[in-house]
Amino acid sequence: MSLRRPPYGGARHRVTAVLGRHPVGIPLVAPYVVFLAAVFAYPFGFAVWISFHDYFFTAPGAVVERPFVGFDNYVAVLNDPAVRQAFGNILVFLLINVPLTTLLALVLATALNGAIRARTFLRVAYYVPYVTASVAVVGVWLFLFNSDGLVNRVLGPLAPDPSWLINERLAMPTVAVYVAWKQLGFYILLYLAALQNVPKELYESAAVDGASRWQSFRKVTVPAVRPATALVVILSTITGANLFTEPYLLTGGGGPNGASASPVLLMYRRGIEQGQPDVAAAIGLVLVVFVVAVSLMNRRLLERS
Amino acid sequence: MTDIDARPHEAAPTTPTAPVRRPAAPARRRDRVTVAGVVRALVLFAGALLFLFPFYYMFIGSLQAEPDTSPAGAIPTRGLTLQNYREINDAVDLVGSLINSGIFTGGVILSTVVFGVLAGYALARLHFRGRGALFGLVLLVQVVPFHLLLIPLYVLVVRSYGLADSYLGMILPFAINSTAVFVFRQFFLQLPEELFASARVDGAGEVRILWSIALPLVRPALLTAVLLTFIGPWNEFLWPFLITKRADMQPLAVSLANYISNVAARAANPFGAVLAGACVLAAPAVALFVAFQRHFTSTNIGSSLKG
Repeated sequence: MSLRRPPYGGARHRVTAVLGRHPVGIPLVAPYVVFLAAVFAYPFGFAVWISFHDYFFTAPGAVVERPFVGFDNYVAVLNDPAVRQAFGNILVFLLINVPLTTLLALVLATALNGAIRARTFLRVAYYVPYVTASVAVVGVWLFLFNSDGLVNRVLGPLAPDPSWLINERLAMPTVAVYVAWKQLGFYILLYLAALQNVPKELYESAAVDGASRWQSFRKVTVPAVRPATALVVILSTITGANLFTEPYLLTGGGGPNGASASPVLLMYRRGIEQGQPDVAAAIGLVLVVFVVAVSLMNRRLLERS
Repeated sequence: MTDIDARPHEAAPTTPTAPVRRPAAPARRRDRVTVAGVVRALVLFAGALLFLFPFYYMFIGSLQAEPDTSPAGAIPTRGLTLQNYREINDAVDLVGSLINSGIFTGGVILSTVVFGVLAGYALARLHFRGRGALFGLVLLVQVVPFHLLLIPLYVLVVRSYGLADSYLGMILPFAINSTAVFVFRQFFLQLPEELFASARVDGAGEVRILWSIALPLVRPALLTAVLLTFIGPWNEFLWPFLITKRADMQPLAVSLANYISNVAARAANPFGAVLAGACVLAAPAVALFVAFQRHFTSTNIGSSLKG
């Protein structure tokens, strides 16, 4: 790098060699680097440390011993039936939410990409749930999916009993559909960006070969947007792993009987409500491993097909 | 990598504001009559109604004195009232909560714009040691689930720094939006190198080049990044919920959520009051988005996230 520029002199040359051609860049990025260190790197290391120690909240300034306990917190977490249930719930959530999100986003983005009329209206319609606070939208979903709500009134005798959000079997699937609906606009946006990079010639030659619309969708569009699909799958998996607001509000704190509790909800319960930050930190790290494992599995699946 | 489709929004070929790029008239006429075109339009409009209906229902529900969940109740003809807004305003200080939301969101936007622009500019235009590694971090951070760091951040911010019930504590974890840093970098990257080279030959310092040459050219990126950054803190629930115990410090998302989970059961028309609060919380975000929706295009944001 330093070779591109003629050396101005010994000292200047040495600065360039160590810091690069524009050392002024370092103070410019410094605030951001400090932010990343303080809000991501250090807390991550701290989380690992907490999870291996007997950590508890104390009055500010108090000096207490926090002995190293090895894997005790992890053993407690893995033996906790509530935690196991929460991880099972999140798996159900992901199995419904991720395929639904990916499929609907791709189909709607493809349709939107070809639509000429009323595009602004359609775009606004699909993005509005994404830009609105979940807390606000949860209010109206509670109203709609209430035992005596509009959805059940319309369904009449077909309405599930107990109703959607208080039904052990249906609570988590309903949350999964809610989140898919809420986030879909964002993923449509990602697919629309990817669709613009598909060369038009591919569609033209498919048409020349007599391919139907469905065939050209399957043989041209789907393979061409595969990188975007990988991203949609990873991001929706991560959003799912972060699930908190919806079970907290939509199903009244992960009910019924913990059927819609999520790991982050349990982190909040154990860590903040019950004062066991060490156990909560261990749940967080198990969740990291879980997300990484699910992402790797997804990658294998996506690459094979 | 992602530079190909990251261009200022004016040039975006997909925005509906660029009619010049549409296919010629015969293609449009053909598109209008095909069966597939009709099916596509029907699917798109049915989907759009499904997406918009809850918002319509939210608004109607907030105006009804009595909750009417029958299908006919979705199209009320009379009995609309603002009583629910009065009810939620008595339970939750709407104005105070909105101000808290505004300070929280404004603080995040301000620090993201100031520090994010500096970082984005350096990442795009300056060669310094560690640039590649830092750029890798910008991408990595976007896929780290924030809530995993909940406990250590809570311990640090609330216990170690004593920032519970403070705006600073709310803002800190969101202070610089990494997605915005990425958007800034992409936009600075597209400016022609000669511009910078000649300014440097004239002896302008990097900060001066950034302020008087680069920044005026990327104003659309600023707006896109501000919109994108707005959504996060305005809608964030868990973090401010954790660190604010005093009601007068809570942003509206938190006070409304507390109302939903605690108070609603005792109110005369709980759904009405909840929906009224939901309308107040949703309105600023939806209004901003509709007003600036052309800055919210796939070209502007999609490219920035394709990492």
